[in-house]
Amino acid sequence: MSNVDLGRDTSLPHQELPETERIVREVEARTPAEAAARTAEHERRAAEDPVGARDPLVLNMGPHHPSTHGVLRLVTELDGEVVRDIHPVIGYLHTGIEKQCENKTFWQAITLVTRMDYLSPFFNTHAYTQSVEKLLSLDVPPRAQWIRVMLSELNRITSHLVWLGTSGLELGAISVMFYTFRERDRALDLFEMIAGERMNTRYFQVGGCAEDIPPGFEDLLRRFVDEMPSRIDEYEGLLRANPIWVERTKGIGILPAEQLIDLGVTGPPLRAAGVDLDLRKARPYSGYEHFDFSVPLGTQGDAYDRFLVRMAEMRQSVRIIEQCLDGMPEGPSIVDDRKVVLPPRGELATSMESLIHHFKLVTEGFTVPEGEAYSAVESPRGEIGCYVASDGGPKPLRVHMRDASFVNLQALRPMARGALLSDMVAMIGSLDNVMGGVDR
Amino acid sequence: MSVHEPFWLMLIKAGLLAFTVITIFAYVMLWERKLLGRFQARYGPNRTGLVGYMQPLADVVKLIFKEDFVPRGANKVLFHVAPVMAIACAVTGIAIIPFGTTGELFGHEFTMYGTDLSVGVLVLFALSGLGFYGMILGGWASGNKYSLLGAARTAAQLVSYEVAMGLSIIGVIMIAQSLSLVDIVNAQMNSVWYILCQPLGFAVFVVAAVAETNRTPFDLPEAESELVAGYLTEYGGLKFAIFAMAEYVNMIVLSGLGATLFLGGFDGPWLPQWLSWLWLLAKIFVFLFLFIWLRATLPRLRYDQLMRFGWKVLLPLATLNLIVTAIVVGIFFQND
Repeated sequence: MSNVDLGRDTSLPHQELPETERIVREVEARTPAEAAARTAEHERRAAEDPVGARDPLVLNMGPHHPSTHGVLRLVTELDGEVVRDIHPVIGYLHTGIEKQCENKTFWQAITLVTRMDYLSPFFNTHAYTQSVEKLLSLDVPPRAQWIRVMLSELNRITSHLVWLGTSGLELGAISVMFYTFRERDRALDLFEMIAGERMNTRYFQVGGCAEDIPPGFEDLLRRFVDEMPSRIDEYEGLLRANPIWVERTKGIGILPAEQLIDLGVTGPPLRAAGVDLDLRKARPYSGYEHFDFSVPLGTQGDAYDRFLVRMAEMRQSVRIIEQCLDGMPEGPSIVDDRKVVLPPRGELATSMESLIHHFKLVTEGFTVPEGEAYSAVESPRGEIGCYVASDGGPKPLRVHMRDASFVNLQALRPMARGALLSDMVAMIGSLDNVMGGVDR
Repeated sequence: MSVHEPFWLMLIKAGLLAFTVITIFAYVMLWERKLLGRFQARYGPNRTGLVGYMQPLADVVKLIFKEDFVPRGANKVLFHVAPVMAIACAVTGIAIIPFGTTGELFGHEFTMYGTDLSVGVLVLFALSGLGFYGMILGGWASGNKYSLLGAARTAAQLVSYEVAMGLSIIGVIMIAQSLSLVDIVNAQMNSVWYILCQPLGFAVFVVAAVAETNRTPFDLPEAESELVAGYLTEYGGLKFAIFAMAEYVNMIVLSGLGATLFLGGFDGPWLPQWLSWLWLLAKIFVFLFLFIWLRATLPRLRYDQLMRFGWKVLLPLATLNLIVTAIVVGIFFQND
């Protein structure tokens, strides 16, 4: 026995590296001299037998590349400009959020999960809090549900606006981004007003929402919602019938619906292929069954359909927010369970019991009965599910996210094979992956 | 009407032209950024100097002090030569654009153009074709795969658009019966601006000019979302500035060519003869505004789509225009 025994079981059979790993390592291991020798060798072979002997141009796109949405790395094998194969390499934004959650109390972990998919913080927290509520068997009061729906849909709009702007940039339409960010900024102002933060909003609480709606919020939101449809018209006016946009997106990135389902793709990319799967309809949560909205579906499943589906989804979100504003129920915005929820601030001065609850909650957190729960919400990118396991203590035993970006990214490789490099960029844009969500 | 100029006058003219075009380039860039800002619901540069008008100077100073960097895998000679080639060809082009007729300085008659070549249009084409080599070589010499792909795209674009562009202006040449730009302007002064009798040729020319200058929607060689910066990827500091300068000077020269061929050049009412260059300047700015407007509005084409468009749409249209013009000119204008 040597001194450095890491406790590894050496009796395991030798495992083949996955193909991606193998190719990445192979490319990285080459010295310039080796690379030159390889090229010379291939040139010699190509001269003897020109058909099929060409060595692909291995192009390392990313992690610092303008169109890889953050830090996605694609080791691309090119034949001219045709993509023969891609090998996505992820993990550059890995922050260990899931693991960190295990060292935080249940309600501290909410702050962490907002940072996963940084474009849809409300959905992350929604999935997480729903799972914890399931474990605690809490019933969220209707007003809190309505507020959650309202903010989720507002978040969906902001997320789609970012998608529209950035995927526009990827195809060279540089102005759309400024228009979409103009509207997004107003929505972020609303987030700030209600949650105190613009991006990583920690607003959904186990049992409801952290605060009730502040005064003046509804007016501003209504003004935003009234204006939004005409803004969406504006974006569509720029792109929908723009021949270059249509030509760049039509017929790009098509996979059969069955294959998309096999890959686990959800959200707009799946619905663009005509599969009617929207958790808001399929498994209504948070009172979505009370709202009147439709699920936009595409027919071809190409990038253009995804564009149309997302545009239509924004309009539907506007409809849902309007219904939220019109039918906002009265009542508490969080459950009245002192073992889970902080007591109202005013009571601390008068009630000893409240003070004790407050102290216990803040220092120790609340305990969650032993068990495990999974609950999913329909995020702008697809199904965001959160699995939470508890051992009965105040900290989660395990938090795991099923992030739509991560799963949807799998579809990129089969899509991109045989496509042109420029089309691959359009595909990345149309899948709308957020690397914060992929790597977590 | 040949005018004999003393050599020192020619030198002054050349210096003045080169200086002007390089200064204007800096401000075209500034105006582009300001206009793009307006198109995109923001301000654009407005902090440096009076409402941002010192911005080009600040940019240049910054770029001059950057490290003159050559990547390890690069072909050093070509890497240095490429930007020089690009800028030399671009700036030379301005010599052929006529800004006016003649004037008098210290008792010497002089012409308000760099030179009046009997094959002016051809020279301009040769120069712009040669300028492309700067980009292709620069991309190839960088020793970077993105640059290489950018260079390949540049080459593809060159072959797709040079032909259509050449054909689009043959109509004008047939009507004017001359390749000299001065003669073409004079012919337009005596008849009408050729945009009226060559609308199709004008349309093809404008589209091809956008492609020729690598501007959106044909900015594939430097498509930043795909190829990082295309042939420019490895260039930094002053060499980058020189490439940018070449692109903008090309824009100015091609705008000048378009204005000269189709919009009557320096021809215009109201202004005295010695101020006629203001008309040309105004027309050039109309073109430049169009370039910038297009950039703010349109997405980028894919490179096979661009080639298809060049060969299957523009070339047949230019050819049609050429044939119709040839027939009409042949039948109705058979003078002497």
